[in-house]
Amino acid sequence: MSSTKEILVSPIFSKNPIAVQILGVCSALAVTTSLQVSLVLSVALTVVVAFSNLFVSIIRKHVPNNIRIIVQMTIIASLVIVVDQTLKAFAYEMSKQLSVFVGLIITNCIVMGRAEAFAMSNPPLPSFIDGIGNGLGYSLVLIFVGSIRELFGAGTLLGYEIFPLVTEGGWYYTNGLLLLPPSAFFIIGFFIWGLRTWKKDQVEAPDFVMKPNTTASESH
Amino acid sequence: MSANNDTVSKTFLVAFLLCLVCSIVVSSAAVFLKPIQQANKLDDMRKNILAAAGLYDPSQSVSDQFKQIETRIVNLQTGVYATEAELADIKSAGFDPDNFDHRKAMSDPKLSAPMKSSEDIASLKRLEKFAPVYMVKNPNGELEKLILPIRGYGLWSTLHGFVALQGDVNTVVGLGFYDHAETPGLGGEVDNPSWKGLWPGKKVKDDQGNMALTIVKGKVDPQSTNAQYQVDGLSGATLTTNGLDNLVQFWFGQLGFGKFLDSVKSQGV
Repeated sequence: MSSTKEILVSPIFSKNPIAVQILGVCSALAVTTSLQVSLVLSVALTVVVAFSNLFVSIIRKHVPNNIRIIVQMTIIASLVIVVDQTLKAFAYEMSKQLSVFVGLIITNCIVMGRAEAFAMSNPPLPSFIDGIGNGLGYSLVLIFVGSIRELFGAGTLLGYEIFPLVTEGGWYYTNGLLLLPPSAFFIIGFFIWGLRTWKKDQVEAPDFVMKPNTTASESH
Repeated sequence: MSANNDTVSKTFLVAFLLCLVCSIVVSSAAVFLKPIQQANKLDDMRKNILAAAGLYDPSQSVSDQFKQIETRIVNLQTGVYATEAELADIKSAGFDPDNFDHRKAMSDPKLSAPMKSSEDIASLKRLEKFAPVYMVKNPNGELEKLILPIRGYGLWSTLHGFVALQGDVNTVVGLGFYDHAETPGLGGEVDNPSWKGLWPGKKVKDDQGNMALTIVKGKVDPQSTNAQYQVDGLSGATLTTNGLDNLVQFWFGQLGFGKFLDSVKSQGV
């Protein structure tokens, strides 16, 4: 059993769910147009992963093996609905911007991935901490991507003007591509590249090795 | 995980208990939070109405500020306020006339009708028979501001918003869209305060009473005699701009609020 601190910290960089496990990329593309939305979704997802891990872990010894996935889904879906309803009640503006993406946490692979891979075989407390750690790992990427997209796409951060826009008499021309989902692919790609340059052990062994080009003498 | 978990009876028991607990949690969250959610929704709508008229002050509560506004329901076909009989019809269709849910009424089969495509310039598909109007009156009972709900199709989505007019029902006070899904940075610039700032002071109709307000492509020439009827288009968003122009033409036209505005002009409120 690894230490509590390791369970919390390792998903942030060394086992980051998006960058290393490549889970939950879809929502990272969709909601990162502004930093504020990214933050709220990060919090919502962290809460859902932590509690779904906790509850799955509590009942793990009673879950029949053949319906375990459905049991996990039911718990996750219930938690997501509660989070969605709470947001609608206490952060209405935010929930309007997030629209369907809160509901789509249900399908976020991180949540089910952690329930199946960790919570089903570990006690409640470490599972809860693992959920928070993975939530933070996801949040890190979302905040990183969200900051870049909002800063260079709209010239603002959290709605505050950082770069004065040309349309408002400033000097900054917005980069429209950054406001569209494909840009997050590039940013996440660069993020993974950066992370793997820093932590070499994350580099996967190549599936195949390309042969060198045929030389002139071989082609005859 | 012990093997006896996999018996049929245990499987059913776990599934049943889990569903029971989860359904209680979900339904209690939905039931207990519903009043707060509905209040939020209403506040949000009222905030948009106030904001369109330039009356919104974030430091005060929305419901206090909304007290100055009088809501009436207008029959779009006749251009006058809904009669008692019509209000009873609205009630029997399941709507509350005192708290009219306009967004729901737009698609309600009893309160709306499909439009002919030749008339449907704003791509609404269905047009409601009744629409709410919001009025700010001065202490003498004279109309100061009139706020009308408008909508129309842009590039990706229907834009829902409000336009506010002065008491002369011809000068624009402000305009704002509270729900749309246009491209951020291009069509989404309908939310840009500097674009919305172009609207106040524009006239809807010219001196002969013809519809004149329009959104032009590019910039309005300030020297032109028509500048008071023209608003700059959104650059890089031709289709959103066309949609905006269409919805302005439609809602100030005879099928929209045209008849109502004529009757306010001739007979007052």
